[in-house]
Amino acid sequence: MDMVQHSKAIAKREWGAYFNSPVAYIFIIIFLALTGFFTFSVSSFYEAGQADLRGFFLWHPWLYLILVPAVAMRLWSEERRSGTMELLFTLSVTPGQAMAGKMMAAWLFLTLALALTFPVPLTAAYLGSPDWGVIVCGYISSMLLAGAYLSVGMFTSALTRNQVISFVLAVVVGLFLILAGFQPVTALLSKWAPSWLVSGVAAFSFMPHFETMQRGILDIRDVVYFASVIGFMLFLTHLVLSNRSGR
Amino acid sequence: MIRLEHLVKKFGPRTAVDDISFDVEKGTVLGFLGPNGAGKTTTIRMIAGYLQPTEGSITVNGVDVVNHPTAAQKHIGYMPENTPLYDDMTVWSFLTFIAEVRGYTGAARRQRVDEVIEACMLRPVRHQPIDTLSKGYRQRTCFAQALLHNPSILLLDEPTEGLDPNQKKVVRDMISDMAKDKIIMLSTHVLEEVEAICSRVMIISEGRIKADSTPRALRKRSSLYNTLTIEVLAPADKAVAAFQAIQDVKEVVRLSGDEQKQTLRLYPRDHQPLAVSAIDVAHRNKWMVTDLRSDQGRLDDVFRQVTTTDDVIRKSA
Repeated sequence: MDMVQHSKAIAKREWGAYFNSPVAYIFIIIFLALTGFFTFSVSSFYEAGQADLRGFFLWHPWLYLILVPAVAMRLWSEERRSGTMELLFTLSVTPGQAMAGKMMAAWLFLTLALALTFPVPLTAAYLGSPDWGVIVCGYISSMLLAGAYLSVGMFTSALTRNQVISFVLAVVVGLFLILAGFQPVTALLSKWAPSWLVSGVAAFSFMPHFETMQRGILDIRDVVYFASVIGFMLFLTHLVLSNRSGR
Repeated sequence: MIRLEHLVKKFGPRTAVDDISFDVEKGTVLGFLGPNGAGKTTTIRMIAGYLQPTEGSITVNGVDVVNHPTAAQKHIGYMPENTPLYDDMTVWSFLTFIAEVRGYTGAARRQRVDEVIEACMLRPVRHQPIDTLSKGYRQRTCFAQALLHNPSILLLDEPTEGLDPNQKKVVRDMISDMAKDKIIMLSTHVLEEVEAICSRVMIISEGRIKADSTPRALRKRSSLYNTLTIEVLAPADKAVAAFQAIQDVKEVVRLSGDEQKQTLRLYPRDHQPLAVSAIDVAHRNKWMVTDLRSDQGRLDDVFRQVTTTDDVIRKSA
């Protein structure tokens, strides 16, 4: 009972923290402007003559790469810097509860931003007759992808009291997770690494999983992949938070 | 009740807290004194369940803090050093958040938040963002947070640091008002504060307890305790000699004076009061006594005696 109430209270506080500052509004505006720009200008949504959202979701891994760490960076760094972590962890709150609350708030916020892209599928529906199953599947995969980036950002945020360091680390880890399955990277690796390592590294990548789901295939393995990335990152975060030394 | 047994905390090679044991009973206001870096904050953080001790055990009201920190924390209200608060929230929303985490819901929560806002005199600023508050209000907001769930144990790390004298008095009065049915443990290096509100004083230095008693008993350890400062109209050498002749006087020091008037400090041999015999001497010599004060001893004096080791001197040199 404690657990639910603690996580809920913390989630509410974090949600408030986004909207008490310009962060939330700036994030949403930039996210929508960039998705719009990439979808309509770069992917040539109208000219493609296809009533699907391929050209819309295509950009999400790259947008999230920069934008999600910006949402995640303050989650723990700020608590460390201002000393409120000491307050939080002497209120009968466990690191797990606090983590759950923060994750919930930030993920919900990202989902809200994602939901606000609804005019894009509506446009597709107006112009043609898109496959709604594929679109829904695309949104679910994008949400999972955002969650995975978020868990990475949560971890790097717990490592440092400096938000900039947290941001840069999250971008680097995120970039690795995008590029691990990217052909130039695997080619570079295969020059010296054994093939099992190359395929092992490639299996870490977001991209193949994200792309399968984009095609409208809701494979349980892809869902498990994202869930395990999130689970593993939260596990590492928990480890960092439990081993605080205070100074 | 708080019980610490053989508490040790090491940060790498440095031992911050070195085998501390003590009990604190209900109704006690314990002043935790010590130079900077003595281990006060580290000890309090361990009691609050924020830091894990390297060795030893802590129980609060019978609950093991080390193994069950969240259960123990329900008994504790904690005000960390430097009053960390969520600056982006208003006082009211911050306290509502704390109330929610502390398990209050619905109408009971609103009522409890209103009560602490009233008790800590925060009403005028309750809808103000915390980062716009003055130091005094900030301190009181942090204090309100610690009080919210009406804990039986309050740990206050430097609760009056950086406040002006009026604000200090407000905080001290609030502490004194609650003292009866709680354990209050506060760290400070303001000695007057200890005199004003504490029923027990502990001085720690280099991670060890150097003194543990009441402020009154501790003052008696001061070299100035029961010394008599006397101002007489008499020639210097005669006066010194006459007072020196009193049996209980160990030493006479001439603090100031001219040809007619002397200010002397009489040190007793064994803390005996000297006023009667000194007046008697003056009377027999027909010297007029213009001022007479006996010293109650000073905590800062004891504090220096107890904490000044070679190491501290070396560090501050």
